[in-house]
Amino acid sequence: MAMIRAEHLSIDFPLYHGESRSLKKTMFAAASGRGRLGEDARKRVVVQAVRNVDFELRSGDRLGLVGSNGAGKTTLLRTLAGIYEPSGGRITIEGALSALLDPGQGMNPDLTGRENIRLRGLFSGLKNAEIARLQEDVAEFAELAQFINLPVRIYSSGMMVRLGFALATAIRPQILLMDEWILAGDAAFMGRARQRLESMVRGAEVLVLSSHSADVILQWCNRVIWMDQGQVRADGPPDEILSQYLPPDQFAQAKAALVARAATQVASQPA
Amino acid sequence: MSTTATRRTPKTVPADPTTLESLPIVSATDEGTVLNRRDAHLVITAGLGWPGLFAQTGRDLAETWTLRRLVWTLAFLDIKLRYRGSLLGPFWLTLSTGVMIAALGFVYSHLFKTNLHTYLPFLSLSLVLWNNFITSTVSDACVSYTTANTTIHAMRMPMSMHAARSVVRNVMVLAHSVIVIVIVFALENTWPGKTAFMALPALGLWLIDGMAVSLLLGGFCARFRDVPPIVASIMQIAFFVSPIIWSPQILKDRGIGVILLNWNPFYSLLEIVRAPLLNQVPSEATWMSALGFSAVLVVISTLFFVRARSRIAFWV
Repeated sequence: MAMIRAEHLSIDFPLYHGESRSLKKTMFAAASGRGRLGEDARKRVVVQAVRNVDFELRSGDRLGLVGSNGAGKTTLLRTLAGIYEPSGGRITIEGALSALLDPGQGMNPDLTGRENIRLRGLFSGLKNAEIARLQEDVAEFAELAQFINLPVRIYSSGMMVRLGFALATAIRPQILLMDEWILAGDAAFMGRARQRLESMVRGAEVLVLSSHSADVILQWCNRVIWMDQGQVRADGPPDEILSQYLPPDQFAQAKAALVARAATQVASQPA
Repeated sequence: MSTTATRRTPKTVPADPTTLESLPIVSATDEGTVLNRRDAHLVITAGLGWPGLFAQTGRDLAETWTLRRLVWTLAFLDIKLRYRGSLLGPFWLTLSTGVMIAALGFVYSHLFKTNLHTYLPFLSLSLVLWNNFITSTVSDACVSYTTANTTIHAMRMPMSMHAARSVVRNVMVLAHSVIVIVIVFALENTWPGKTAFMALPALGLWLIDGMAVSLLLGGFCARFRDVPPIVASIMQIAFFVSPIIWSPQILKDRGIGVILLNWNPFYSLLEIVRAPLLNQVPSEATWMSALGFSAVLVVISTLFFVRARSRIAFWV
């Protein structure tokens, strides 16, 4: 069923600053290069965002990505989503994939919520009747009410998060890639978001979650990859990897937070 | 939640074993629509040679074709957004073209001492085709990727989709302006005969060229940010040196005509659409030249896009 595999995956991220953006500068550099054109072309600044990453996820795998800022987590997610094509290695994706990388979700801020949902439906190849249903589903789940007919530009950031999440999950993917911004939702929405995610993950689908909050990873993931400077530093079960990654006191704190959260969820659940 | 479930129960989608739609998924906790997306199977390999790059590009173009409803809707919404809240909407463009034709027609018919009855239909066709398709397509092509950067960074889409969107949008702009030509033709009471249908294959060639220009300039301008102003000045110069507001007949037998007519891609491409609509048959040489320039453009654009396609996401 759903599968995602990265083999020797590398991404060189070219940095284009003011000068390398200019055709004039580039042509002069080539002309005055005294035959070192090849070298000049290589002279642009390249960040090796991801280096030689290998892993394979199959149905039921829920991978957490941890690592400090700039470790390559988001670039790796974008590459898994097929947005950045790798400069080395290979990605194989089996199954419908959806990526929740930023709350905007590529939406046009000047279009209304309804129009943006329609575009997403068309992108996914839905028929008109299905798009109408999608609009109802998303509006209801994101609690947009009459805001659905207003431009997305005027939405509060909480509404954006809700709309983005509802949109990415209403068309149910088999593989879901998530960056940590989803945690910006309010508590009530988080509860429902988790419910939807859990029903998805129970359906033997693949989740890749990049997050800094250890208790979320402990709760949602059954495998953790620790990224460091674009490379895999450690790969294994969440408890084991997080106990290496986090200082002991923070790890204990995360465990405690997890227990506390589980308790409040049980209490808040309707009988 | 229960309302969602009841609303969705009378699901009348025919069960197709090849789509995930046929899977029974409706339950109270389990919301959301399951569907089969195009990219259900995807392999991205780095460091492919030319054959692999061509195959990837072919798949990219094919995906854009399957997304044609999305392309159409995006183009339509672009125009709607551009004129949201304005009284006449996209017909502002039509109106401004009409006013420009009236003013230029009056001035130039005196300057060139030509007959307004023949000059006005010529001028209206030229200006509409040039301003409302050629120039707008080229200038939109320059920003077709840079303006779509949030979408490009949010999800995987075929790269050629953004170029197609820009072309379709400009076809819609042109369609709005046809009304100006019709009004001028009605006022002067000159209607093209059956010859006008010869403009159809030429318009088809324009679509291919428009797509090629959008793919080429879109990527190139995303990489080199000083290209759009260069392109804008080239188009400005091309407007004056090409027979758009002046008739190509003036230069027929002069030396400079060889350069301005025979070696000018804008002239031959414009002429194959314009001449039939003025009830003239474009010469075979004009058609050959238009096809030749188009072939060169398509080859350059293809080679560029095949190389650059996977890099555009890093450029925008």
